[in-house]
Amino acid sequence: MFLEIKDLSVKIENKHILKSLNLNINKGEVHAIMGPNGSGKSTLANVLAGKEDYEIINGKINFKDNDLFDLNIEERAQEGMFLAFQYPVEIPGVNITPFLHSAINSKRKRMNDEEIDNLSFAKLLKSKASDLGINIDMLKRSVNTGFSGGEKKRYEILQMSILNPDLAILDETDSGLDIDALKIVTDGVNKLKTKDNSFLIITHYQKLLDYIKPDYVHVMVNGSIVKSGGSEIANEIEKDGFQKFQ
Amino acid sequence: MNSETLNTLDSYSKNKYKYGFVTEIDDEKPKKGLNEDTIKFISLKKKEPEWMLDWRLKAYSKWKKMTEPKWANLSFPEIDYQDIYYYSAPKGFENKPKDLSEVDPKLIETYNKLGIPLEEQKVLAGVAVDVVFDSVSVATTYKGELEKLGIIFCSIGEAIQKHPDLIKKYLGSVIPPGDHSFSALNSAVFTDGSFVYIPEGVKCPMELSTYFRINAENTGQFERTLIIADKGSYVSYLEGCTAPKRDDNQLHAANVELIALEDAEIKYSTVQNWYPGDEDGKGGIYNFVTKRGLCAGKNSKISWTQVETGSAITWKYPSCILKGDNSIGEFYSVAITNNFQQADTGTKMTHIGKNTKSKIISKGISLGKSQNTYRGEVSFLRKAEKARNYTQCDSLLVGNQCGAHTVPYIDSKNNTAVIEHEASTSKINEDQLYYCRQRGLSHEEAVSLIVNGFCKQVLQELPMEFAVEAQKLVSISLEGSVG
Repeated sequence: MFLEIKDLSVKIENKHILKSLNLNINKGEVHAIMGPNGSGKSTLANVLAGKEDYEIINGKINFKDNDLFDLNIEERAQEGMFLAFQYPVEIPGVNITPFLHSAINSKRKRMNDEEIDNLSFAKLLKSKASDLGINIDMLKRSVNTGFSGGEKKRYEILQMSILNPDLAILDETDSGLDIDALKIVTDGVNKLKTKDNSFLIITHYQKLLDYIKPDYVHVMVNGSIVKSGGSEIANEIEKDGFQKFQ
Repeated sequence: MNSETLNTLDSYSKNKYKYGFVTEIDDEKPKKGLNEDTIKFISLKKKEPEWMLDWRLKAYSKWKKMTEPKWANLSFPEIDYQDIYYYSAPKGFENKPKDLSEVDPKLIETYNKLGIPLEEQKVLAGVAVDVVFDSVSVATTYKGELEKLGIIFCSIGEAIQKHPDLIKKYLGSVIPPGDHSFSALNSAVFTDGSFVYIPEGVKCPMELSTYFRINAENTGQFERTLIIADKGSYVSYLEGCTAPKRDDNQLHAANVELIALEDAEIKYSTVQNWYPGDEDGKGGIYNFVTKRGLCAGKNSKISWTQVETGSAITWKYPSCILKGDNSIGEFYSVAITNNFQQADTGTKMTHIGKNTKSKIISKGISLGKSQNTYRGEVSFLRKAEKARNYTQCDSLLVGNQCGAHTVPYIDSKNNTAVIEHEASTSKINEDQLYYCRQRGLSHEEAVSLIVNGFCKQVLQELPMEFAVEAQKLVSISLEGSVG
């Protein structure tokens, strides 16, 4: 199994957020998790990425034959987990290019691959940026600093395509995007998809799934997955909302 | 840095041959303590003219009546001035570590991280080296080029002998010996430093630093530097070395004076990384530095850029006296304190002339149990019509046992003056760390990246080759206190 979440219960500040959650993802699959606000979707994404604010009360997560809880945030990232943030944070003064260069090399180091030099990296970055319709001028700026909402999301996707993760988690990447930006972002995801990597797409709206076809759709309500199935579920939600699942 | 090291080596080997170290060493052995004899000894050793000795003795008599300035946010034990050597001849091999294995391994680790070659490491760490480098020819080439332009660049000692008119006219003209006790002390006992004179209309074609100075002796504990930029000239001067220097001297009290005449510009950059003491706050340099620039002429400009990461105590306020109309003063500073370091640093901008402008960008980063204070004074004198100042002080705290303080003083006697002051204090942001780590960077790498970003506004003011090293240095200074 590629990613296996078993009976996961998570608390934050004494509040129960995830309750006995189960989810399995195989290589090459695209999963979508839909749910109303406050259902625990983003918590799941952050628990997977290793954010330290949460208390794991119960459960196990296996990722590529590792007990995920044995790995810290950066080790998970280096193992191929990527989280596209819902609200990417600004880091003033830190230029995009060296930032991503360090990121890719830390991953290569862990995988015992040779580090990529400045020049090759600059080339790679430029070609990926132009694939995603990102202006080269943007690469001279500081990480997320002064970016519009759409630019931030696009930059997340650029990072994803550079780091080429095994598991990409997209946390409400569609929120705040107009239709053009949404297309650029989803195109990026579709280009990156192969039979060897997997996607976990967290979304509130069905709209995103018009552009990315998931193999599985899960409905999350109140900290648990209450229903799983194919893309027909997304259409049900589109029509009737989350009401009937609650 | 390379050539500086080479020069050190060079001077060392020269001195060794000159003085030997078996028979004559006793004559060179200085006596501890400060009195008129000590000063006469120094002056004699430096073969100074009598007027220079008189100057020193006057400063000494002022010093005797003074006490140390106590207003800084620093605490340290009483300095016993009679327990210090004021003239240190080149040391013989017996006092030095014999090889790198006798040097603190952490120091070596830092050198390796900065990518400093082995031979240079030895010099920096004070290891006895018996190698002669062929550096004279390199240095001479530069010196020749500078001489063609009429630029004088030599040690202050050489200048006292060869250019007495300039020395008499300018030495102590910006920092009078009686200014405060450390300037009086320095004036009485200074032993080395640089002298630069840029003639009218000349733009110095290269960054000047001890790098190119062939007479570079070991920069002493009482350094004296004097830079004069004549009308319409330009010079950029680099001071210091990014690698930490092992040094047995506890007290350092340097004086640096800059004079910019009409339309002249001086850019002065420093990276200070003296030994900061160990993790428990033992040892380390007390660095009491007075740096002051005088924009004497119209449209002149003086710009100070400093990266301060070393020393147990830093007491330093590079200042500008904006006397000429339309003159400009700038101060860019990064001060990082870790473990038990204390820094009280900032600037003084004194607006005298019309339309004078000053800009202050200060970035303080505190880690461990350190204390970091920005102290700045901006004053506008009565005739400073339409003068302006912009001040930005940002402090970043890493951890919760350190302190950051901002102490601005503003004094305006002219109501057309405009002052803008922005200040911020922030803790390193957990969301930024999470974001960086999610991309695969370690906690330490993430902190270093964020701090470097925080300092960027200042680091980009440094000359190119210095900036890269300074960035590495910033990362190294942060180590051991995060996580």
